[in-house]
Amino acid sequence: MIELVNIRKVFNMGKPNEFTAINGISMQIDSGKMTVLKGPSGSGKTTLLSLIGCMARPTSGRIHLMDREITSLPERFLTEIRRKTFGFIFQQFNLIKGITVLENVMLPAYPGGEKYSLLKKRAMHLLDIFDISRKARDRVEWLSGGEAQRVTIARALMNNPFIVIADEPTSHLDTKLSRELMGIMGRLKEDNRTVLIASHDPVVYESDAVDRVIRIADGKIEEHR
Amino acid sequence: MIFHPSIIALYVASLLVSFMISYSAYYGIQILRKWDIESGSELQLVLERRTYLISTILTYLFVFQLISLFLYIYTAEQLHVLFVGAMCAAGTLYVNTCGYPALILKMVTFLLAGLWLILNYADNKAYDYPLTKRKYLLLLIITPLLLTETALQTAFFLRLRPDLITSCCGTLFSTGSKNVISEVFSLPSMQVKIAFYLCMASTVASGIHFYRKGKGGYLFSSMSIIMFFVSIIATISFISLYFYELPTHHCPFCLLQKEYGYIGYLLYLTLFGSTVFGIGTGALMPFRNVKSLTTILPSIQRRLTLLSLILLVIFSAIATYPMVFYDFTLEGY
Amino acid sequence: MRNSIEHQKNIIDFALSSLLRRKGKNAGLLFVYTLVVFALASVVFFTHSIRKEASIILEGTPEMIVQKIVAGRHDLIPLIYMDRIEKIRGVSSVKGRLWGYYYDPVVGANYTLIVPENFRSGEGNIVIGEGISRTRLAFEGDTLEFRAYSGKIINLKIKNIISSESELLSSDLIMVSENDFRRLFGTPVDYAVDLTLNVRNPRELSTIALKISEILPDTRIILRDEILRTYDSVFNWRGGILIVILSGALLAFIIFAWDKASGLSLDERREIGILKAIGWETSDIILMKFWEGIGISLTSFFSGIMLAYIHVFFTSASLFEPVLKGWSVLYPQFKPIPFIDASQIATLFFLTVVPYTVATVIPSWRAATIDPDSVMR
Repeated sequence: MIELVNIRKVFNMGKPNEFTAINGISMQIDSGKMTVLKGPSGSGKTTLLSLIGCMARPTSGRIHLMDREITSLPERFLTEIRRKTFGFIFQQFNLIKGITVLENVMLPAYPGGEKYSLLKKRAMHLLDIFDISRKARDRVEWLSGGEAQRVTIARALMNNPFIVIADEPTSHLDTKLSRELMGIMGRLKEDNRTVLIASHDPVVYESDAVDRVIRIADGKIEEHR
Repeated sequence: MIFHPSIIALYVASLLVSFMISYSAYYGIQILRKWDIESGSELQLVLERRTYLISTILTYLFVFQLISLFLYIYTAEQLHVLFVGAMCAAGTLYVNTCGYPALILKMVTFLLAGLWLILNYADNKAYDYPLTKRKYLLLLIITPLLLTETALQTAFFLRLRPDLITSCCGTLFSTGSKNVISEVFSLPSMQVKIAFYLCMASTVASGIHFYRKGKGGYLFSSMSIIMFFVSIIATISFISLYFYELPTHHCPFCLLQKEYGYIGYLLYLTLFGSTVFGIGTGALMPFRNVKSLTTILPSIQRRLTLLSLILLVIFSAIATYPMVFYDFTLEGY
Repeated sequence: MRNSIEHQKNIIDFALSSLLRRKGKNAGLLFVYTLVVFALASVVFFTHSIRKEASIILEGTPEMIVQKIVAGRHDLIPLIYMDRIEKIRGVSSVKGRLWGYYYDPVVGANYTLIVPENFRSGEGNIVIGEGISRTRLAFEGDTLEFRAYSGKIINLKIKNIISSESELLSSDLIMVSENDFRRLFGTPVDYAVDLTLNVRNPRELSTIALKISEILPDTRIILRDEILRTYDSVFNWRGGILIVILSGALLAFIIFAWDKASGLSLDERREIGILKAIGWETSDIILMKFWEGIGISLTSFFSGIMLAYIHVFFTSASLFEPVLKGWSVLYPQFKPIPFIDASQIATLFFLTVVPYTVATVIPSWRAATIDPDSVMR
């Protein structure tokens, strides 16, 4: 479903602080499965996620999404594809302060041009699924870590994407909440979505829901399982 | 030079617009030279991002030029008291040689900017920016025109000195005067009327044909352009007469006055709008075979055609209204 | 297919909430912006209104005035000239006019004395303007002393105060009878100060003026339109100069606006990064910034205009009086006639909103091109 062919990503090309984050990675992500990218920080996991999730373009190599080559698509179309295909859960939560939980969840759908009331309904429904609808009108600053995490998951699902990408989702959670999170990820998989997680947390990569673990180090793959 | 606040405002606007277009042209050249949609390189990304800026700038420019066009005429109208023989804007613009050319260039750049925006819209809908190079070529054509317009407008106002003798629209637009514009009125009004309605009918017919069959886009577009000129001539020749209910008052600017209910704005806006959409349809014709545009272009063109036709019909309706409902008869003099 | 209107509505919603979330930063901008609009709008409204008033007043004046010139200066004109002028085709009426200036040492002011066409207040009586009444504290029934050309004192009783809608011209006026005028200034009976004409067809004015200068070579002809043009020019000029002076303030404002727009705080940068990461396009961010700008511009523009309207038309432009009216002892109290039209709004739009928009275009775009993956790093 997602195929990377010989991807390289170099930052600050030509400058003294030139840095190769990804150095020739080829891989395939299967749909409907949960894949974990495992590796220490600085290994290039995050960069890889951003490339797969159409947030950045590789320096060289090709990326295919569902048999469509997206590497050289102009940013405009890449964004549209990303919005419809992917849902992101960030390491830092990245919720917008000063607006309510509900509005935060609705935001990814604003560019789609749907009616506001429809968006509201859908967002409320999502908050319901994750059991935080009672916090809908609260400011995000007042949420606990676990609650905020669930809000970001709800937000990631706002556009009903079939691929969910999570970057170190358990870094701000204790073990209990981490296990809860993996439970939610498992449910997403059962919903027929593809889940891709980058993490160096054992609770994540040793979870039963995981189908495949890919080990990344220094911008290269060392696979197993 | 006259220090009227509106003149200063027009200077400021022109200066800013000139700056914006020069900035865009500079980067436009870069885009023309280095654009390569296939490459996906850093430079390409930078260029793509810059096109967003230029599109934004040109949208603003389009709106500013329109307002500037009307403010220019309005200011000329207000200044007419300062010139002997000038009864309205038409006289003021005639005071020195830069007045009318500046006006014409303003209209031309407005239409071209509208055309650019239509091309831009189509370009953005396709997944590989197929029209980008041509778009920026157009930009490089618009730039010198706009800069010239700024220069002309500046020169016009700088050279204005009160008390200069000029011909007012009475002598300028009435029969007997020897310049080009007066030739239009010596055209017998019946013939111009026939030409106008014939032209209108043909344009509408070709537009509907294109809308339904998808053929004859060039024809429709050319008719649109012809219609523009015919309409201007018709406005001066007989349409304005009916609004003023005077057989000798041909001035096209007085229609913008309060006395006539500001009807001129509606008239000219619909005409200009119709022409922009008509030209846009034709400008997109050559690209119907481009791979990324084959699916979307026809629907865009149909929408443009529809808009153009609706505006044209409204224009004709407004133009015809006084002929039907006012007590004034032109023929039979 | 995206629904454009809903799309815009959603973005506007976020833009407005964004503005409200940063009240502190935006309040300063709003304040300065409104101030600039206020200053410029006051100038524009005021000069326009004065110009309009001048033209309204001048409508009642004669179309043509004939004055005798001796050695380059204006001299009394013999009334027999009237016969020769009457004979010119196109002239509908000729009249002699008596008017002059009187210096009052008591208050150090110059009064304009005029004999109107129909003076009904009776011999020995005068009608005076409000300015004189205020300065001399002289009211109906009071007597004013005048020193005639011979040195003799003439007492004239105030019958009435001129109640005029436009004090601009009547403030220092005294209307007096013909006899009293001649007594005061010693103007001989067969002479007038100048002649006023009315013509049948206004287009003939220049032709008639030409003829008069041929048959009466020692005269000069003043057309009402010329007076109008002169007043118009002066007010244009004064209004324009003020705007040019204010342009310094305008420039400072633009730089301020550009700086504010460019200086994105870390928070703002992060916010835009998040939006881009969750799927907003560059064009969506540009749109959002556009609506933010519109929100600020419209608020400031309309507040500034309203305040200027109140300032000019309700407080008679108290802040500008000295510059725009020139100096004199008798200040007419005048209420400018409210008169706004679309061209003034367009002028102000070009002087304020357009520069602001242009100054913020590039900073907005730069903000919009923040990398979507910036929040991942």
